[in-house]
Amino acid sequence: MKKYTTCLKQIISVVLVVIILVGFVWISLLRINHRLDFTTLWGYRYRLWQGFKMTLIMAFASLFVSLFIGSVAAVAQKAKFLTVSYLAKFYVQVIRGTPLLVQIFFFFYIIGTAWGVDNRYVAGVLILSLFEGAYIAEIIRGGLESIDRQQFELAKAVGLTPAKTFRLVTFPLLMARILPALTGQFASIIKDSSLLSVIAIPELTQITQEISADNYRLFENYFFLGLLYFVMTFTVSLITRRLERKYKHENSSE
Amino acid sequence: MKIVLNKICKSFAGKSVLKNVCYEDDFKALAIIGPSGAGKSTLLRIIGGLLPPTSGELYLDGVKINFTEKELLSYRRTIGFVFQTKGLFEHLTALENVMLPLIHSLQLEKTEAEERAKQLFARFGLEREGYKYPHQLSGGQQQRIQIARAVAMKPKLLLLDEPTSALDPELTAEVLDMLGELQAEGLKTIIVTHEMGFAKRACEKVIFVAGGTIVESGDSAQIFTAPQTKALQAFLNKVLEWRP
Ligand SMILES: Nc1ncnc2c1ncn2[C@@H]1O[C@H](COP(=O)(O)OP(=O)(O)O)[C@@H](O)[C@H]1O
Ligand SMILES: [Mg+2]
Repeated sequence: MKKYTTCLKQIISVVLVVIILVGFVWISLLRINHRLDFTTLWGYRYRLWQGFKMTLIMAFASLFVSLFIGSVAAVAQKAKFLTVSYLAKFYVQVIRGTPLLVQIFFFFYIIGTAWGVDNRYVAGVLILSLFEGAYIAEIIRGGLESIDRQQFELAKAVGLTPAKTFRLVTFPLLMARILPALTGQFASIIKDSSLLSVIAIPELTQITQEISADNYRLFENYFFLGLLYFVMTFTVSLITRRLERKYKHENSSE
Repeated sequence: MKIVLNKICKSFAGKSVLKNVCYEDDFKALAIIGPSGAGKSTLLRIIGGLLPPTSGELYLDGVKINFTEKELLSYRRTIGFVFQTKGLFEHLTALENVMLPLIHSLQLEKTEAEERAKQLFARFGLEREGYKYPHQLSGGQQQRIQIARAVAMKPKLLLLDEPTSALDPELTAEVLDMLGELQAEGLKTIIVTHEMGFAKRACEKVIFVAGGTIVESGDSAQIFTAPQTKALQAFLNKVLEWRP
């Protein structure tokens, strides 16, 4: 009986939230006398699909490269050789302390041109990875620091080699701690990739800008753009929850 | 087992923790007692090959232990080590904790490792805890599983660093009972402990460490009934003061 009423309460709440939000947008649109019309978007479906795929490709490629950069930077911060350690710390601080837009311009037009990186897709992935890598480095560093050092002492005591200690102890302990944050970062990568439109990579945002220049339906185009990003990030957060359940056996006393 | 500690010194970042520790004896069960901060854990970790001394030599049964990573790796596989608390891998179940070193350090087949682990669990009444994670186990169970993990590797020497100091009296008893049983079977042990009763009963040799050196050592019968040094007398008075 109690279960039934809480379920009912939940449904009513969800319906209420939807009514409030839709109502708010509706009234806003009425106030500016705008009638939504999504029909013109149908004609651009092929280009939108291309853009959608490009966004996913850029995000996935950046995920892998940034995981690599982030791991290296996290470990390098702890390096005994001070130059390496300072370099890693400096990288993390500067990247986290400046806007992605500035970094895209700086790396693409100055560094990229100077060193002959003229493939904009490669440049895009590298720049985005450099940016996200700094955040991932912090996630990994925090995760490593939160592991009780005695776990490593234990591994030593039972006679594990350093390689096996990493594979059987450090990695699973680290994953259990940072997986939620990492997948959250992947959602950020997806959203941040929209800024790559400024170097004319034909991903979703760039395509939407081009469509807007063509059909002048800015509201509908960007509304739909937001919806597409949300579909991607929401999928990621659903996957996160599943993975969390899989990795979360310790520290969770229930 | 014959042990020789020859002028062992250890300092951390210039701070001297062990000073010229010398000891030589033949023991079955050796207790290390002394006030906290004396350097007992540090000494035990050196004997276990977990920490290289700053200088000095260690011999077990006449064999010199070389403190190079490569030699320590195989040395550690012959020594069991039980930690004071949190001595289990927190991401593994109790059974997996025991099986992991059997498979990955001793290269046993998985089935063989599982069989050996399950036998030990059955013997020590731990069957029902096999599939639990460390946070689901009581402190006493965790310590017994640590001991089971060490014993499963058939070590030539078992080292224990205050294995009961974080436990309630009845849990202390269950851990010490298990240990006593293993000692009776001939397992050689060195235990750092505050349980004077256990040190007296179950260990025939005692080392008293204070201020980073061995102040007094000898047969436990002698040490507890006729302590020679002022420091040991004072220490024993203090720890026994509140006992009935
Ligand atoms: N890894 C370490 N780094 C710095 N100091 C340490 C370290 N381990 C132990 N010490 C110091 O060495 C001294 C002896 O410690 P320990 O061997 O743990 O003593 P006990 O086990 O007798 O209580 C303490 O003062 C402690 O602070
Ligand atoms: Mg200690």
